Amino acid sequence: MSEVAMDQPSGAVPGARRSSSSLHQPRLPRWAPAAIAAAALAVGVGIGAGAGLSSRIQWGLLAAVLYVAGTFALATRVEGVRQAKDRLATSLVWVCFLLAVVPLVSLIWETVSRGSSVLDGGFLSHSMGGVLTIQPGGGVYHAIIGTLEQVGIATAIAAPIGLLTAIYLVEYGRGRLAKAVTFFVDVMTGIPSIVAGLFVLSFWILMLDNGYSGFAGSMALAILMMPVVVRSTEEMLKLVPNELREASLALGVPKWRTILKVVLPTAIGGIATGVMLSVARIAGESAPIVLLVFGSQLINNNPFEGAQSSLPYYIYEQWAAGNDASYDRAWAAALVLIAFVMILNLVARGIARWKAPKAGR
Amino acid sequence: MAKRIDVSGLTAYYGSHKAIEDISMTVEPRSVTAFIGPSGCGKSTFLRTLNRMHEVTPGGRVEGKVLLDDENLYGAGVDPVSVRRTVGMVFQRPNPFPTMSIYENVAAGIRLNGGRVRKAELDTIVEKSLKGANLWKEVKDRLNKPGAGLSGGQQQRLCIARAIAVEPQVLLMDEPCSALDPISTLAIEDLIGELKERFTIVIVTHNMQQAARVSDRTAFFNLAGVGQPGKLVEIDDTERIFSNPSVQATEDYISGRFG
Repeated sequence: MSEVAMDQPSGAVPGARRSSSSLHQPRLPRWAPAAIAAAALAVGVGIGAGAGLSSRIQWGLLAAVLYVAGTFALATRVEGVRQAKDRLATSLVWVCFLLAVVPLVSLIWETVSRGSSVLDGGFLSHSMGGVLTIQPGGGVYHAIIGTLEQVGIATAIAAPIGLLTAIYLVEYGRGRLAKAVTFFVDVMTGIPSIVAGLFVLSFWILMLDNGYSGFAGSMALAILMMPVVVRSTEEMLKLVPNELREASLALGVPKWRTILKVVLPTAIGGIATGVMLSVARIAGESAPIVLLVFGSQLINNNPFEGAQSSLPYYIYEQWAAGNDASYDRAWAAALVLIAFVMILNLVARGIARWKAPKAGR
Repeated sequence: MAKRIDVSGLTAYYGSHKAIEDISMTVEPRSVTAFIGPSGCGKSTFLRTLNRMHEVTPGGRVEGKVLLDDENLYGAGVDPVSVRRTVGMVFQRPNPFPTMSIYENVAAGIRLNGGRVRKAELDTIVEKSLKGANLWKEVKDRLNKPGAGLSGGQQQRLCIARAIAVEPQVLLMDEPCSALDPISTLAIEDLIGELKERFTIVIVTHNMQQAARVSDRTAFFNLAGVGQPGKLVEIDDTERIFSNPSVQATEDYISGRFG
């Protein structure tokens, strides 16, 4: 009996003798992965607490390793090597997914729990004018105005230029010029935000002798935004099937009208998403703002003259002030910024869904 | 309405590659002419030179003359856009515009050309074109639904309706049935029979029975070898091509003894 069991690695499940001709193989029950995960978590916590490991992260990593190893070992024993490899890959994917989600969830949790204490109507509708940093109170209104204006102007500059560049590259660009444009767009993608800020500082403020203003910041943000818009729009335009262009041309529609009426409407959902994502990317930039907009405690509605604030700058400033009241304001402003970006993303998704080519009957 | 096409000494290139060489033929008005031949022999390329769609492909260029009645399509000062309004085209794969409804798809040729047409007039044109494409009965209650929601055969008839809505003189069809089932194919073949009353029709097909069924004249294309340009072997009445062709290669191809 024992000799038979030795010959058959799957002999662990009674009665499930495997012969080479059988299509039936022993399988772990459906609840097995969940059970193994629960057991791994329990053992991980047990070992962590028993050995006195202070960090919860270590407990979690221990549980993750146990889960992957346990799944593989059990599956090898019951289901055979091929199935075990499949389970190994599945469990690794799950662990990586959780590892990716944990920081995200903890970031949102932390921001919401700390930021919501001072976030109210007054916070959103007041500036820091006349409020000492050590005092509670004050608000983020001037920073919201600054961010909206700076990002708005940057978008108004970068989105049309980026869009037209992408149309040139996909629809018209041939030969050297197109290659050169693509190359420079690639290079621009890699520009660090502080370098864009320094460029505008030396050109606009030092050479042309303009003062600090929201507009100066917008120009730096536009430089950062443009390559992202070009890239995403380019990809979306490339996705439009060539057959549609040919269908339109064959109807005797001129090329520019084909692009305007057929190509762009087909890709508009993706293009809008790309623009919104690039807006979200520049909304969180603080380096050019520090250099070019200077920062302010007061409401300045004019982006073309005088210092302004912005949300990322406000967060930095309040955090640097270093007391409880300013920490609260920094967290609340961070929450406002995350909400702003989140709303932009939702709007982009809404547009993409609304404008997506319809296939319904 | 329909016009005669006279091609003489036409050679087309993709970059430096010569795709078809020295083709001359006459296509009679109000008739169906079928192009047959093995893959890669340049049938589609030749078809696309007839409405200047060949030059849309990067590197595509053409030498020779294509006379539409007496006007050379490749003459100096000829606008390819107006050529394409005169010579319509239906493609191999149905390609309705995905952002547009059935109605808008049919009206696309007129609307995209910026024509100021009154709504009632446009309604008439759309209905007439859809009736002309034998699609009206199937879609008249859902004209505002997306065109991409139709079945493959319906989509292809929608594309035909779209092509005939701009009232071309000539209709080019590049394997219009190759992506369709036999029933949809039959519907399109019947349609071709009706359309030839009004248009000059040129159809590329891989289906010899189809060529025999729908066409009045058939042209056989062949190429000497891989990388060689395609050439017109012969063009004659369809009956004669399929019963008693004058060139041996044609008979070999039609009877399946090819290669």
